Amino acid sequence: MKTFIENITRRELIQGAISAGALVLGAKLIPQNAEAAPTAWNPSVYLGLEADGTVVVIAHRSEMGTGIRSVLPMVVADELGADWKRVRVEQALGDAKYGSQNTDGSCSIRDFVDAMHVAGASARLMLQRAAAAKWNVKAEDTKADNGYIVHTASGKKLAFGELVADASKLPVPAKEDLKFKPASEYKYIGKDVPMIDAVPVTTGTGVFGIDAKMPGMLIAMVERPPVMGGTVQSFDDTEAKKVPGVAQTVQLDTFKGAPVFQQLGGVAILANSTWAAMQGRKKLKIEWNNSPNAAFDSESYKTELRNKAKATQKVVRNVGNVDAEFAKGGKIVEAEYYVPLLSHAPMEPPAAVAEYKDGKVVTYCATQNPQAVQDAVAGALGIDKKQVECHVTLLGGGFGRKSKPDYVVEAALLSRKTNKPVKVVWTREDDIRFDYYHSVAAMYMKASLGADGKPTAWLQRSVFPTIGSLFANGAEYGQEFEMGMGWTDLPFDLANHRAENGPAKNHVRIGWMRAVANIYHAYAIHSFADELAVAAGKDRVDYLMSLLGPSRKVDFTGQGMKVWNNGQSLDKYPIDTGRLKNVLELAATKSGWANKKPGNRSALGVAVHRSFVSNVAAVVQVDVDDKGKVTIPRVDIAADCGQIIHPDRVKAQFEGAAVFGTSIAMLGEITAKDGRVVQRNFNDYPVARMPEAPKEVHVHIVPSKEPHAGVGEPGVPPIAPAICNAIFAATGKRVRDLPVKRHNLA
Amino acid sequence: MVKLRINGVNRQFDGDPDMPLLWYVRDNLEMTGTKYGCGMGLCGACTVLVDGKATRSCVTPMKAAAGKKITTIEGLHPKGEHPVQTAWRECAVAQCGYCQSGQIMQAASLLSEKPKPTDKDIDDAMQGNICRCGTYQRIRKAIHVAAGQVKA
Repeated sequence: MKTFIENITRRELIQGAISAGALVLGAKLIPQNAEAAPTAWNPSVYLGLEADGTVVVIAHRSEMGTGIRSVLPMVVADELGADWKRVRVEQALGDAKYGSQNTDGSCSIRDFVDAMHVAGASARLMLQRAAAAKWNVKAEDTKADNGYIVHTASGKKLAFGELVADASKLPVPAKEDLKFKPASEYKYIGKDVPMIDAVPVTTGTGVFGIDAKMPGMLIAMVERPPVMGGTVQSFDDTEAKKVPGVAQTVQLDTFKGAPVFQQLGGVAILANSTWAAMQGRKKLKIEWNNSPNAAFDSESYKTELRNKAKATQKVVRNVGNVDAEFAKGGKIVEAEYYVPLLSHAPMEPPAAVAEYKDGKVVTYCATQNPQAVQDAVAGALGIDKKQVECHVTLLGGGFGRKSKPDYVVEAALLSRKTNKPVKVVWTREDDIRFDYYHSVAAMYMKASLGADGKPTAWLQRSVFPTIGSLFANGAEYGQEFEMGMGWTDLPFDLANHRAENGPAKNHVRIGWMRAVANIYHAYAIHSFADELAVAAGKDRVDYLMSLLGPSRKVDFTGQGMKVWNNGQSLDKYPIDTGRLKNVLELAATKSGWANKKPGNRSALGVAVHRSFVSNVAAVVQVDVDDKGKVTIPRVDIAADCGQIIHPDRVKAQFEGAAVFGTSIAMLGEITAKDGRVVQRNFNDYPVARMPEAPKEVHVHIVPSKEPHAGVGEPGVPPIAPAICNAIFAATGKRVRDLPVKRHNLA
Repeated sequence: MVKLRINGVNRQFDGDPDMPLLWYVRDNLEMTGTKYGCGMGLCGACTVLVDGKATRSCVTPMKAAAGKKITTIEGLHPKGEHPVQTAWRECAVAQCGYCQSGQIMQAASLLSEKPKPTDKDIDDAMQGNICRCGTYQRIRKAIHVAAGQVKA
């Protein structure tokens, strides 16, 4: 990413986060007619210096637990030579000037780390030049150290704050004049600096979306159409309005066209307290007009998807000729896999407070994507997106749910209708019943094995309702990005290989959840690879090594496809089987693979998967008792994510991914009858609790100088197949449809 | 009229006696450290101490809290330095942080009853508290650290 920097000290204040007069270097800035006093300075949209020496770093990405709003500012501070104790992090408003703020796709570091270095190095050089001028020395004879510019030869020094006024008058250095710190001089990068939110979240003072307040606000809850696309036929709020504290009810229109991030519709009840809203809501009497989605039944839909997966579908990648190879006979292995709809279920359900006033909306909300909030709210209210001021709170989990701001749209619409600030709170039941679900998927796999046990042909076919259906009614095939998530980019060494994808109509909102389509693709591919290893009578790690084949950068030319690769070039982020084999070997070694043989109701399972341009292998140990209860004493994850900034937060993400993957494998399942989602809360949509989660997750990070790659999501995909492969090794029972809880392993 | 003591302050409440303590604390007192997660006592995000014992405030009606001493995360320690809180920070437990108030209150309650808990004690005490980010192994470690059983 390129950052264009200019000195904008006198033209702009960054949303009041930085004092008037702070030095401001701006990138693609929008002037706001603000007067700046001459005492402080903002050397980029991401960075400002106060006259007292405080460094203000703007966190433009959302904090949902990855630590990103600490870690990117750490990079700026380090490159600047600042004292981290004197850095104040301010959360950015939604504003296109920051570039993408969509905290999604495990891309915050790789997309912005360079911009952070440029911001820090530009400001540092300006401070150095200001100091050099005062001392009448050369700027290159000075250095930044812990909040001071130091003259190297004499040791004399000036604090950043003492240089702000002079530095802010200087032109911004040319990019080619910037000197970046060598890694050996990093003070914060590569170190486990505490997160800035560690104290707030251990003392109850952190403000999440559900905690945000506006004076005089009403609390709203919405009774939404139980079938997606349904509308309110009529409603009676007589009894509801008798509940003390209930102020009024408002009917919300059902979305028009594709759902996108529009409101679902229904009837809102507004009250002076959460409890009053809940009580009033129970007394609403609503008659619904159901949409054709009322015919949706997840059991018959499952059969439909599985049948489609067994029939020939659209070819999305082809190598050689699998049909000719299958026709030769030999050892054929076939298997079907299934992953149900899943719900994100972040611990904080969706919540937002918004006020519409004089044609402008101000909102405080837990969102992964404040610019999408601006777009969605502006679209719903028919105003310009610049009239939507989006303040981002802490997020009580996101996992992709909170990049879809339908709940903010509800709050804004209700505020306009009531002329008051409105906080919309989703109950857990609302969250589970009206999610943007992770897609259900059926996969069919077929391979023929040669005399050496390796596949001579490999066919893979998937059918699932696409995320594309969220944005365009009638979209039924997997989108390029879904195909590129562990399906068409399979890096196995196969002479004959065909990938296909079939159509499926959606009946609920389909959205992206942590690791997205990799979840079901990895489950099918790595379960099937394990089945082939067993059929071939080979050690499963050795077999995966042979499937990955010679260490190489996989070439996809002439295979009827474009490699999505998370939107990154294959030159910068090649699909490198050598790196995959390396993490596989590391995970195997650290887990003691060689010494742990299958059987005796305790065994290891393995999977290795590349996603979000990172390479990850997982070895999972399962114990299965004689009643069929599965426990997971240990997981070893080896991860090659290129360069990393904060080792402990990287480890934490992989620890968490192992738990998230365990929930998917063991417990998660959303079903529907008559178009209505059946599950309601954590009793019928369980997620992993402490005794069910892996007891120990050992994360082994491969040291690397390669470009920064994804961390938040790529730990998830290998977990479910590794668990099921371990269950097979322990019990001889192969789980081909999730969740495991549906299967008797006694 | 319900009288109770919250974080050392006497309070009186004359609203709906069936309203859960959670909403009194969050809406009436504007102390938002105690979180809503499920409303059914299933996830533990709302955990507070009632007479020193971990209790799900989302299913505790105000009338049941009458005469009780309630401690919320805000009142656990005046400087936020209860041994559980400091251990939490030393082990960098939190990811998103949303469930952590409840986890910390549950852990504080456990340690007041069992100052040197085993892993099994911890599993038993903490299994009602969901963390969707998956910080469980650090929670277990931090409880041992707070108990002085291991170092961070």
